Amino acid sequence: MANRTKVVELEHVVIRFAGDSGDGMQLTGNLFSDSTALAGNDFATFPDYPGEIRPPQGTVSGVSGFQVHFGHKPVHTTGDLCDVLVAMNPASIKANMRWLKPGTTIIFDVDSMNDKALEKAGYTSDPTQDDTLSQYKVVKAPITSMTLEALKDFGWDRKAMLKSKNMFALGIVMYLFNRDITMLNGYFNTKFKNKPEVIKANQTVVAAGYSYADTMEIFANTYRIEPANLAKGKYRDITGNVATAWGLMAAAERSGRQIFCGSYPITPATDILAELVKYKNLKVKAFQAEDEIAGICSSLGASFAGCLAVTTTSGPGLSLKSEALGLAVMTELPLVVVDVQRGGPSTGLPTKSEQSDLMQAIYGRNGDAPLIVLAARSSSDCFYSAYEAAKLAMEHMTPVILLTEGALGNGSEILRIPRVADLPAIVPPIAKANDPEWQPYKRDEEKLNRQWAIPGTEGLRHRISGLEKANGSGNLSLDPKNHQLMVELREEKVQRVANFIPEQEIVGDPNADLLVVSWGGTYGVVLSVVEKMLEEGKSVAHAHFRHIMPLPKNTAKVLSGHKKIVVCENNNGQFVNYLREKMPDFKYEQYNKIQGLPFLTAELENKFNDLLK
Amino acid sequence: MENTNLNNQVVNLTKEDFVCDQIVKWCPGCGDHAILKVLQDVFPQLGKRKEDICVVSGIGCSSRFPHYMNTYGFHSIHGRACAIATGVKLANPNLSVWVITGDGDCTAIGGNHFIHAVRRNMDMNLLLFNNRIYGMTKGQFSPCTFRGTVTKTSPQGTYEDPFNVGELVIGAGGKFFARGVDVNTKELTDICLRAKNHDGMSVIEVLQNCMIFSNGVHENITGKDVRDDMQVKCEHGKPLIFGKDRNKGLRLNGNKLEVVTIGENGITEKDILVHDEKEGTTGIHMMLAHMMPPAFPIAIGVIRNVDAPTYDDCLTDVIERESAKSNIKTVDDLLNSGTTWDIK
Repeated sequence: MANRTKVVELEHVVIRFAGDSGDGMQLTGNLFSDSTALAGNDFATFPDYPGEIRPPQGTVSGVSGFQVHFGHKPVHTTGDLCDVLVAMNPASIKANMRWLKPGTTIIFDVDSMNDKALEKAGYTSDPTQDDTLSQYKVVKAPITSMTLEALKDFGWDRKAMLKSKNMFALGIVMYLFNRDITMLNGYFNTKFKNKPEVIKANQTVVAAGYSYADTMEIFANTYRIEPANLAKGKYRDITGNVATAWGLMAAAERSGRQIFCGSYPITPATDILAELVKYKNLKVKAFQAEDEIAGICSSLGASFAGCLAVTTTSGPGLSLKSEALGLAVMTELPLVVVDVQRGGPSTGLPTKSEQSDLMQAIYGRNGDAPLIVLAARSSSDCFYSAYEAAKLAMEHMTPVILLTEGALGNGSEILRIPRVADLPAIVPPIAKANDPEWQPYKRDEEKLNRQWAIPGTEGLRHRISGLEKANGSGNLSLDPKNHQLMVELREEKVQRVANFIPEQEIVGDPNADLLVVSWGGTYGVVLSVVEKMLEEGKSVAHAHFRHIMPLPKNTAKVLSGHKKIVVCENNNGQFVNYLREKMPDFKYEQYNKIQGLPFLTAELENKFNDLLK
Repeated sequence: MENTNLNNQVVNLTKEDFVCDQIVKWCPGCGDHAILKVLQDVFPQLGKRKEDICVVSGIGCSSRFPHYMNTYGFHSIHGRACAIATGVKLANPNLSVWVITGDGDCTAIGGNHFIHAVRRNMDMNLLLFNNRIYGMTKGQFSPCTFRGTVTKTSPQGTYEDPFNVGELVIGAGGKFFARGVDVNTKELTDICLRAKNHDGMSVIEVLQNCMIFSNGVHENITGKDVRDDMQVKCEHGKPLIFGKDRNKGLRLNGNKLEVVTIGENGITEKDILVHDEKEGTTGIHMMLAHMMPPAFPIAIGVIRNVDAPTYDDCLTDVIERESAKSNIKTVDDLLNSGTTWDIK
């Protein structure tokens, strides 16, 4: 199908599909991102579900959204303000006003407008008639009636036909971005296998939407985004939670250990457990426990018995796991705890993202109980972070907390598919049967770890305990000097991990006036802003931390030589205070956003420019 | 006892194979010593290599147990033994897993893990040392302390009813429940061997005496002059007869159990309830577990022993079935499955 309007080239676009929970917006978004992949763009997506399972229809709280950020240049984030909003009802406009910017194109199903819908959305007058939307380009498309028209020969009832109205909207969007609608066929054929009638209906409605946009000339111009300059290879779309599960599975395979995951459902981490339970075919042992404590305890038991042991949770669950984490520190067993952070404290904002479990991860246990803390920086990076967490846990015989975030877990990005054999080797220090030199707490000179003596192995019977043990023999010991030695050894063991992790990287001039520091899921947005400012010739640099405990060896060097350092995070200042403690020779500015919302590029840019003045 | 090692060579294990070099630090006269000896007798008879046995405990006097058994052992944190043991068993189903716990550890702080391990029918053996008191923290009441008992934290006597461990286990869907007495080591040994032969979660409540904080708490059951009248031995297929003169028995009268005397009021042995540990329904097992002196003798021995699929077997089966039929054999296969695209 030829596109007759003027075509404008864009670097990147943010599009948000919004509708009532039953309007199929997640499917629409997924279909659009699939075609984005075929168009060769880089992209990231983010679903924005309502917190409730069946919220009241037509209301603002019932709006379900799916955002796709795609581009010709590398896409680092799921996007903030949108270029295009597809709104299937008035509530979808109301719910997404925060994400609009002057000039945003709103594709609105004008058939959804009536007094009742306005009232449910909380509008007192029609926003498309008053000046509510005066800053935006509103395309009023009769999506519902045109869908019914397109399907009139199918002999379906009205309700069945209306299920396809999201496809009409998708057709319009495909036209707007000069996409060939046959790109969608592959998805239809898989999704609706054995339902040829449904495939045909979807294709018909998409084509109708496309033709409508074309013949009615509803857009002054359309857009094209050139393929991104991505490295050669095979790609897939992956959410952070799936990437976490697969990264752990890859680590199990590479290390020759079976994986065991004991977990308890909690938003937004549940999907990792739900993913792992699928892979019985790959011998994944995933166990839904009776509570968070049983989740970590069963995993620790499995670790003792020789598995790569994992437990997954979110903030409140991490609190419940504290005591058992102390036991993992004491027994010096490998364990990966994944905390998909959400807004806290307490139940907080369960469906919103935050970075506020950092202090809990670093310090949240009784006694001096050091462990490794890592933070993933993006959805696809969850794969590599989970892999590294498992590698460090097993090779250094220690628990590791991997911090991800709700937005990373639910969001998706493209992943260049790696080969497991190309990932770094994982060599756990497994004790050999009948080794006369072996002792339960005899340590490696370099790493200070003990060996993993796995039940079933001849000649290595031993007992471990949460009680203090004599270094070497592992016998229970209340000897005062031994306790001090063991506390120091456990700390030193974790600190020495710094000898085995990469040095901290810095983007931009290592002596830039302003060093922007971030960690975790704010990576993409902070990097985007710094890159833009670098292009503008500003004296700014970016250090994004993946390794939190221990910090990379060159951290002090990275922090040196700047006029100002600003630490940006989605909490009230946890990493900045950690740096103040660990790296006290520097003065830190901070920028904190604690609204359950990501940083906007504009707000960061303003802050950084202010600091540069 | 004959065992086989990894190369299927027969090895003979004895009690000495399981004695540890650690000093046993329980109080002199504590019932735990007797139970330790029982398990050191039982373990050579498990038919397992000594490396394939794992003892897991929580916190409390009883939970020191793993340190005194020369096996793999995990002395963990308060209440969590069942959860930890679950992970051990699922990680390596070949291990014979023994959980050692007390009434406080198991039915208070660990209550949730306990009932769920029972419900899932994890193939583990659990010995609950019931002295009806918190010993290690020096004498506070536990969920198994009788109503009205004066303790450090109930100076006016408790005003709550205790758990009956047997009822708790059977109520949670338990398939194997037995009760023994610490000092009756021969009987306890037999019970442990029965537990070992049961596939699934076996719970053994051991009435154990704490010399210091609840001394004599089981005296109305175990005392020399009362024990024959206050204990009825549950043996599968045999009538539930007890008493010094073996003339008392349990009869089912309507929907209740009653104690009757053979030879009185025309009662003969035929009227006495015959124990059926294999009965799937819980009614009579529940009534047997419930019995308490003085109105009834306490039921000793294997009260319930019902076959059912174990959680660990089910997991193993699903894994075998799924891995046999799937085309995805490696994580590389998985990464390349579903929608992918090439950038050239």
